[in-house]
Amino acid sequence: MLEVFIFATLNGLVTGLLLFMLASGLTLIFSMMGVLNFAHASFYMLGAYFAYSISLQFGFWLGLIFAPLIVGCLGAAVERYGLRRVHESGHVAELVFTFGLAFLIEEAIQFFWGPDTKNYQSPDILDFPLFTLFGQEFSAYRGFMIGVSVLIFIGLFRVLTRSRIGIIIQAAITHPNTVANLGHNVPLIFMGVFGVGTALAGLAGVIAGPVLTTFPGMAIVLGSIVFVIVVIGGLGSLAGAFIASLLIGLLQSYAIASDVGMPDLLNFLGVSFERDHPLNDLWTMTLPQIAPILPFLLLVLVLIFRPTGLMGNREE
Amino acid sequence: MKKHNYSFKFSSLLFIGLISFNSSLQAQEPVRIAFMDPLSGAFASIGTSGLKQIQFAADYFYNSKGGILGGRPIEIVALDNKQSPTETQIQFRRAVSEGLQIIFQGNSSAVANTLNTTISRHNRRNPGQEVLQINYSAVDPILTEDNCSFWHFRFDAHAVMKLNVLTDYIAENQDIKSMYIIGQDYSFGQVVSDNTIRLLNEKRPDIEIVGNEFHPIGQVKDFTPYVTKIVSSGADAVITGNFGADMVSLARSIIDSGLDVPIYTFYAAYDGITATIGADGVDRLRLVHNETANPIPTERRKEYIRAFKAANPNNDVTQPRIANALQMLVAAMEETQSTDPYDIALALEDMRFTSLSGDEIWMRGDDHQAFQSLHISVHTDEGIEFDADNSGFGLFSEYHVAAEDTVVESSCQMRRPRR
Repeated sequence: MLEVFIFATLNGLVTGLLLFMLASGLTLIFSMMGVLNFAHASFYMLGAYFAYSISLQFGFWLGLIFAPLIVGCLGAAVERYGLRRVHESGHVAELVFTFGLAFLIEEAIQFFWGPDTKNYQSPDILDFPLFTLFGQEFSAYRGFMIGVSVLIFIGLFRVLTRSRIGIIIQAAITHPNTVANLGHNVPLIFMGVFGVGTALAGLAGVIAGPVLTTFPGMAIVLGSIVFVIVVIGGLGSLAGAFIASLLIGLLQSYAIASDVGMPDLLNFLGVSFERDHPLNDLWTMTLPQIAPILPFLLLVLVLIFRPTGLMGNREE
Repeated sequence: MKKHNYSFKFSSLLFIGLISFNSSLQAQEPVRIAFMDPLSGAFASIGTSGLKQIQFAADYFYNSKGGILGGRPIEIVALDNKQSPTETQIQFRRAVSEGLQIIFQGNSSAVANTLNTTISRHNRRNPGQEVLQINYSAVDPILTEDNCSFWHFRFDAHAVMKLNVLTDYIAENQDIKSMYIIGQDYSFGQVVSDNTIRLLNEKRPDIEIVGNEFHPIGQVKDFTPYVTKIVSSGADAVITGNFGADMVSLARSIIDSGLDVPIYTFYAAYDGITATIGADGVDRLRLVHNETANPIPTERRKEYIRAFKAANPNNDVTQPRIANALQMLVAAMEETQSTDPYDIALALEDMRFTSLSGDEIWMRGDDHQAFQSLHISVHTDEGIEFDADNSGFGLFSEYHVAAEDTVVESSCQMRRPRR
């Protein structure tokens, strides 16, 4: 049982930290522009596909460096020439714009790369078990994923709280007009944040592609969860996004690893139902079976009991 | 001079005659067939690859040779149902309003079940405008058992037939003492799970089922937590009905975790899966399917595959049963000289047809289930003449079961429409 617990924790950490890379960019963009970027997960997918194409020619490591840069530039261009123009028409227009962009990117990827799963592999140098515990291997690549994510978190946190740019960004979130009056170029800051946010999503795609498989549906699978994290963590809160990411990663992982379900609960309560009971599906449901929908359940609970999210301080 | 004039008139008459004959051939109304499968979304790769195969089969067998029914070309109309039962209903309405009466569909038994119910109802209410369902891949047994319909024909072996073969094969392997079942949480996944337990219990009661897991279809990001459970259960083998991205991710996670056990599957090949699994899956992944893989037994089928690869270098003939279904459908049309679904259905019943690989297919009239030889193939790079995904890896068939040994009873009580 202990080995299941340890591995569930490790798997939860990998997923959680990966989700954080996506959620951090999304929550920063939201707090600045007040708009949820529906295309955020699509930039994650673009990252994986660019890295795949680069890795075919130049290997994994150059893909790791250049794919996020390309995605970041694309993101910045989208903000500069798309979102900024749409901004004048209000939030709804912005929302619809990013929504359409998500479809556009998915179709473009199918057009250029085709609908097949891509054979995007982790580098050979990380192709060994980092450690073996109770007969189970933990691959070095997963360790590498944890490392990269933690580095990004620390770096992001330091930049935002310790550097001059971070102070300006934080000020621009709450008091954009004051910051502009002090002579800072607020639109440029917005563009930069959007670019960095999408680049982080791209980086997440680069390191997740080999493990979670690179295919045109990868954005949809992850996309909805990222919004859940941002809302649970509190819109605009980086620390909240971090906590919510880990929470959801671990929650799902533990739920899958557990072996309990309705039958156990019914046994405990001393109730039993016939197999042909109309609600048989409900009585035989297990926790692992519903693990992937638990985040949404948590979302509903958080919205009911703490509408601002765990760390959110927005009162609107 | 006069003579010359006459011959000129004659030849121009002939010429006009030729033109009008030609244009009458050109103007022949095409036989339109709908192909309804996911062409976008998470499972788009399977759907688009199927579309290429039916389009190629129609061109290769018929359109390049003057069409069918005395010169009518076959036109394939692609309808994207996104593998959703709701979208299927919408696309079905569209097919009906465009006058399409034959629908090819294969992906997801849930969708096939919806289509089956919808078509039965439509046909009951609209006599004379019936629609025929050509199911080339949805394998939930219920479609030819309790929910069987006169208007539905299945050209793939159903899940229990395939599991019969697979469990026979597993039962022969004395090294296997425990089995882990994992599958997508919908009708087909449930059928695989229930019947694997039942059949293994009959054939090898000593094999312990150490896990029976369901996960939501197309929703799982990372299968590692599931694989952790498989490892700690100590299973000697894994069986799964997963397809598409769910199959690749599961196989990759199992391989990455260092778990070295055989994996028995239905759909772990082609459309990027073979290339992604690559060298790590050699001799570990096995599939049960119809139409033998390498070595290909006949020159005719080799030619067909080569011609397909020449036209579609990035795709493979992943589902030979699509071509088989089309050929049998056309044979029924030619036999009755009709495109009416009722006539076609009667002609398809108890049809015996020899496929490109020389394999006889029998469409049982009682339940509209096709029977042909079944095979178990291994993922390998040895003895592969026709690889998958241009990867050098492919399927090598190592276990064969003759068509008559795959026949199972059916509980079908078919309601036949009267004309």
